[in-house]
Amino acid sequence: MSDPVIEGYAKALFEVARAEGSLDEVEDELFRFARSYENSESLRNALTDEMIPAGKRQAIVEDLLGGKSTATTVQLVSMVVGSGRGRDLPAIIDQLVERASSAKNLEVAQVRSAIALTDDQQTRLSAALANATGKQVNLKVVVDPSVLGGIIATVGDTVIDGSVRTRLDQLKARL
Amino acid sequence: MRMLYTIARFIAEKEPPSQDSEGITTHSAWFPEKSEIIYGTFASLLIFFLLYKFAGPFAKKAMAARTERIQKELDSAAADKSAAATEASDIRQAKGDIGAERDRLMADAAVQAEALLADGRVRLDAEMAELLARADADIATAKSRSIDELRAEISRLSASAADRAVAESVDDATHQNLVEAFIQKVGASA
Repeated sequence: MSDPVIEGYAKALFEVARAEGSLDEVEDELFRFARSYENSESLRNALTDEMIPAGKRQAIVEDLLGGKSTATTVQLVSMVVGSGRGRDLPAIIDQLVERASSAKNLEVAQVRSAIALTDDQQTRLSAALANATGKQVNLKVVVDPSVLGGIIATVGDTVIDGSVRTRLDQLKARL
Repeated sequence: MRMLYTIARFIAEKEPPSQDSEGITTHSAWFPEKSEIIYGTFASLLIFFLLYKFAGPFAKKAMAARTERIQKELDSAAADKSAAATEASDIRQAKGDIGAERDRLMADAAVQAEALLADGRVRLDAEMAELLARADADIATAKSRSIDELRAEISRLSASAADRAVAESVDDATHQNLVEAFIQKVGASA
């Protein structure tokens, strides 16, 4: 059962993005920011440190995302960090992505790849995952060099692992 | 007495009377005059009689008391001697008892010491065996831990080397092939 506060924030962000008419773009940007946030300890520390004033933390967000993301994305992230909920940012964004996908009758498919996928590859991968799971998917691609090669796709509770990292780990375990 | 008188007369008759410078005549140079002898004899007899009559009982009584005291002292000495003999006998017996007790205690102590020594030897042997076993176990554990650590280190280094080797050997074309293979595999898995 998810935290009502996190659900509340996710709902608020979702409504703002939908009202702004840039839900798909904002959702995608927020999803990528959440993954970056999870992978960067220094970013997590900077945005969750209570000793740093809220204004300064928001300025960090604006410096990071300004010019690279839409104004709505920057403002939403800044709002969450400014309210002292930086620690819950990935959970809030994941809720938002789920909510957006549900609104479109889609299942979130999180794909981790060592390289960026082309649009064609993303389209074919969406079709393949839909074919494999029997659900239409909202594809979210995260470039993760630790995968080493190949792809790890997560659709709901189903994980399809075709990564070099997992094969290497299996080999190490066998050794 | 008569005999003394006869002897004195004989001596007096043999010796002529002499006269000193004051004109006093002495019949014998050895014996007094007859009258002196008679008076002296009576005086002596009187004195002896008086002594016998009055001093004799005192002397006899004193002698009896002295005899009794000496006898008492002798009896006391004999009693003391007997008591001393008894005490000496007791002491000798006690000394004998002490000697026997000492021998018994020494024997007991020797037995106890031997038992303690034997027990100590057994305990020491057990402790030594336990220490040796523990040392062996510690050595085995340390050896096992070292081998495990070495194995883990080799594994870690191998894994790190493998990661680097794979990351360096996977080029863009290989990445693309892996992605395409994944898409095809997932698409075909329905």
